[in-house]
Amino acid sequence: MSKSKNATLNFFSGRKLIIGVPYVWFILLAAIPLLIVLKISLSTMEMASVSNMIDWSNGWPKVTLNFESYQFILKDALYIKTYLSSIKYALITTVICLAIGYPFAYFMARAPKHIQPTLLMLIMLPFWTSFLLRIYAWKTLLVNNGIINNALISLGVISEPIQMMNTPFSLVIGMVYSYLPFMILPLYANLSKLDIRYLEAAADLGTSPLKTFWLITVPLSKAGIIAGSMLVFIPAIGEYVIPELLGGPNTLMIGRVLWDEFFSNNDWPMASAVAVVMILLILVPMAVLNKYQSDQASGKAGA
Amino acid sequence: MSQGVNKYFGRAWMGAVYAFLYLPIVTLVIFSFNDSRLVTVWSHASFRWYHALVKDADLIAAVWLSLKIAFLSALMSVFFGTFVAFALNRYKRFAGRTLLSSMANMPLVMPEVIVGLALLLMLVSVQHWLGFPQRGLFTILLGHALLGTAYAAVVVTSRLKEMDMRLDEAAMDLGSKPWQVFTLVTFPLLVPALVSAFLLTFTLSFDDVVLSAFLSGPGYNTMPMVIFSRARLGLNPTINAVATVTIVVVTIAVIASSFYTSHVERKRKRETALAYSDANK
Repeated sequence: MSKSKNATLNFFSGRKLIIGVPYVWFILLAAIPLLIVLKISLSTMEMASVSNMIDWSNGWPKVTLNFESYQFILKDALYIKTYLSSIKYALITTVICLAIGYPFAYFMARAPKHIQPTLLMLIMLPFWTSFLLRIYAWKTLLVNNGIINNALISLGVISEPIQMMNTPFSLVIGMVYSYLPFMILPLYANLSKLDIRYLEAAADLGTSPLKTFWLITVPLSKAGIIAGSMLVFIPAIGEYVIPELLGGPNTLMIGRVLWDEFFSNNDWPMASAVAVVMILLILVPMAVLNKYQSDQASGKAGA
Repeated sequence: MSQGVNKYFGRAWMGAVYAFLYLPIVTLVIFSFNDSRLVTVWSHASFRWYHALVKDADLIAAVWLSLKIAFLSALMSVFFGTFVAFALNRYKRFAGRTLLSSMANMPLVMPEVIVGLALLLMLVSVQHWLGFPQRGLFTILLGHALLGTAYAAVVVTSRLKEMDMRLDEAAMDLGSKPWQVFTLVTFPLLVPALVSAFLLTFTLSFDDVVLSAFLSGPGYNTMPMVIFSRARLGLNPTINAVATVTIVVVTIAVIASSFYTSHVERKRKRETALAYSDANK
């Protein structure tokens, strides 16, 4: 009797431990830090430190919310322009990744079964080598006296180097390059599960291959398209390293604005407000991704 | 005929994408053996930049710091990530489950600049109250471990999902205590997933520049921070040499670990088959 009671006790404390440990970990390192960002975005900078939002001097808490930073974001055209330009570059990157990645994932899923793991590993391998070094590699390729320009000049194709670095072109090429595997992997996972009998049935009924592709393959792979696009779009919006190394001063990206507000201007409330608005921007695509993932888990999405 | 055209088009498309993915890496490696000070103009082959690399005290100190942080943060990530995976997979119903799963997803989808800013502002407040921690190895470690926990949780979760719960139930029916079930049944089956989670989070930490830049203090420069600050200024042949060394090490590790995983998988299948055939005798 007492033994079985003990076992139940043990079981419950095990359950509490297993749920409690990650809970405390993420509350401390994820939830509280984000609340602090929200709090600081509603303060102002006073004498190199952040103003106290809650004033206890009268014996009761007096909360002062300061919307100055947000007003500044709304008033200054440059912030709005930068947010829009971040969305624009993230969208362009997503569309190009989809255009390159969809046919690739389709052909990979149709490749002989025994070589598919190797094909997949070859997609993952660059992803394992340093992201930073691969972005640097593009810099050596794209600068005016870089490898591509030098090769084209020595081949006689061009006489003057083409300006590729520090343009929207170099920024987008770096982002497509870095995020392409994020598009290919969910698409491949989806397309390799596609029931080939649907396509055979369509062919038997005399549908042309192109029509079969548009009417059957694409709709059935909708879940993969959504997941891949969100996995590219969301991180691309806040990207810092790629615009810093490849984008040059004229390509506006909000990740760099946040960085500069914090490191150059030491304006913590402003950096926090920029972050909060950025989070609001990615909430919608994040909700879409979450819905897709929970649908996937319950088996509703896809075929 | 259209089938044939389709096949060649497919091969060409895949070849072009692989070329696009590998072109920068290959040129980086080739030009690391270039003698010229100009990174992009080939003169003749030499190990000049590897000699420079060996003497580069800043960079070597940074590599050591990065290795230390990557090792420790990968251990922490696998530890906490396993907890997250168990909590979310074995307990389908508890108060705040959605909150836990969205907090665990947060580092995966949030832009790194925001995660870095948030963690730093939190650490500054803690330091304001308690007088510690000083910014340095420990604070970078916390940031990397937060990011790594989220990734490790994904890897361990996918393994837990395909694991046969009946094995656990059988062990419990035979009278094992919960901790015995874990150490004798669940854990051995999880080892391959824990190894790949360790390798993934090690790589993530070794590669991270944004979180480190936010969380580091004076005197604590990780390898990516040093490379980033040099790459910002312009092209630098020692970066090509570092890159080549990193690429060689990573390639060997990835190939070795994929061999290891498939070996473990085969061994497990063989043993399962044996067990079934014994049982049916």
